[in-house]
Amino acid sequence: MAYSEKVLDHYSNPRNVGSFAKDEPNVGTGVVGAPECGDVMKLQLKISDDGVVEDARFKTFGCGSAIASSSYVTELVKGKTVDEVMKIKNSEIVHELSLPPVKIHCSVLAEDGIKAAIADWKRRRTTDTKAAS
Amino acid sequence: MYTTKAVYLDNHSTTPVDPRVLEAMLPYFTNTFGNAASRTHGFGWEAEKAVDDAREQIARLINAKSKDMVFTSGATESDNLAIKGVVEFYKDKGNHVVTAVTEHKAVLDTCRMLERKGLATVTYLPVDRYGMVDPDAVRRAITDETVLVSIMYANNEVGTINPIGEIGKIAREKGVLFHTDATQGVGKLPVDVEAMHIDLLSMSAHKMYGPKGIGALYVRSKSPRVRLTAIIDGGGHERGMRSGTLNVPGIVGFGKACELCREGMADEAQRVLRLRERLKDFIYAQLDEVYLNGHPVHRLPGNLNVSFAYVEGESLLMGLNGSVHPIAASASLPPIAVSSGSACTSATLEPSYVLKALGVGDDLAHTSIRFGIGRFNTDEEIDYVGERVVGEVRRLRDLSPLYEMAKEGIDLKSVAWQRD
Repeated sequence: MAYSEKVLDHYSNPRNVGSFAKDEPNVGTGVVGAPECGDVMKLQLKISDDGVVEDARFKTFGCGSAIASSSYVTELVKGKTVDEVMKIKNSEIVHELSLPPVKIHCSVLAEDGIKAAIADWKRRRTTDTKAAS
Repeated sequence: MYTTKAVYLDNHSTTPVDPRVLEAMLPYFTNTFGNAASRTHGFGWEAEKAVDDAREQIARLINAKSKDMVFTSGATESDNLAIKGVVEFYKDKGNHVVTAVTEHKAVLDTCRMLERKGLATVTYLPVDRYGMVDPDAVRRAITDETVLVSIMYANNEVGTINPIGEIGKIAREKGVLFHTDATQGVGKLPVDVEAMHIDLLSMSAHKMYGPKGIGALYVRSKSPRVRLTAIIDGGGHERGMRSGTLNVPGIVGFGKACELCREGMADEAQRVLRLRERLKDFIYAQLDEVYLNGHPVHRLPGNLNVSFAYVEGESLLMGLNGSVHPIAASASLPPIAVSSGSACTSATLEPSYVLKALGVGDDLAHTSIRFGIGRFNTDEEIDYVGERVVGEVRRLRDLSPLYEMAKEGIDLKSVAWQRD
């Protein structure tokens, strides 16, 4: 299989690898996929009080395209508002990384990952607010 | 595209032609180009002589009579001819075939096609956790309707060697023909069609340092005499079992390859085994959670199939492959050619059916890598591969959320994964 230059670049030099502590305030964590399916992505977003993604981290078990997709979305989300992040479509990832049809599921997983992270952040914020009041 | 420094560790897939084999073949493309079936002139006679000599070399490797060797295009055709040919010819005797779930697709898909057409019923025997077929299970599976038992010698993915001598003995006692796909075993392990009670045997030149496009089916002519219905009809070549002008240069190369294997087998097996153990020991010493797939002892000397838990196979291949990709090429690391049982490397997007049959979970199947060591690999190459594999696995584990979770003590089996 021929990989695009951008996939190779993200695979060889992945951006924003790592983890935030899950209990850190303002961090939303999304874990999507399953080991049996051959890909698991953990995406974490650090979101400011006014709803802007300040930082992002990822770890991915999966093929090169899955690693590249998650690496790329961590770049893509930074500086965006939560609303803007929720509008990111997997097709943007497909386009940027020139993913072939068999690798489209990697981009879907990355999209699911950021949405799961935002959902987690929203859920935790609601809980925190409730706890505070 | 590849530098000469590229390391080839995919010798189950195919092997390079041995220079001595190539040398033997060359005259038969140009000077001695005759049709072995031409009986009216020297060109034909010379070609026929070359084919006869090669037939002798090939037969000797498996202790067969030279006239029992039928040339084909390769092991896939040999498997097809053996199974379809027997089922068709003996259809009045019965229509049942016994085989195993870990066979090569050339056997499995042939059996499935016969089932689909209503020409055979097939029993697919399970294997143990090492990939081995139980001879007693073969005995139990044979019925009055059984016409053929087809069990491979050594598995192409995990390298497990089946007790084909015992299976052959059982089939012979029961009066059932025994076919073995010995593609991976011939030339690397001793084969004796008499001692092992083999009636039909598939083999291929390109797995043993011969050329691609030539193989053979051994068809026993005596005690018992095996009959086959041909798949390819025509001029009645190869005792009518496989028509078509013989590939003389290919056959000459095949013969030479067999001769070299026969002469060097014991030494080569030992040398290749030592290289495999060297690679295995290094990897095991450097990395945790590496799992061997297949049998620890009864396996092809050159086969090492391991799962690197928490590292997806294709991503590891990508890291090892190197120089076809511009970035890795700029790092000037010689690429390493291996293969994986990961879904991402298969056309079906399913992980290896062989690993599944051994009871290897899909999670570990996705992380499997097959190293196929062969005649031309060196200590230096093995050491280089060991270093690169360990380095890449460590890098990818640092990227792996599963490795992180496992290190935190989370039981991955208990996690409610969000499947897509």
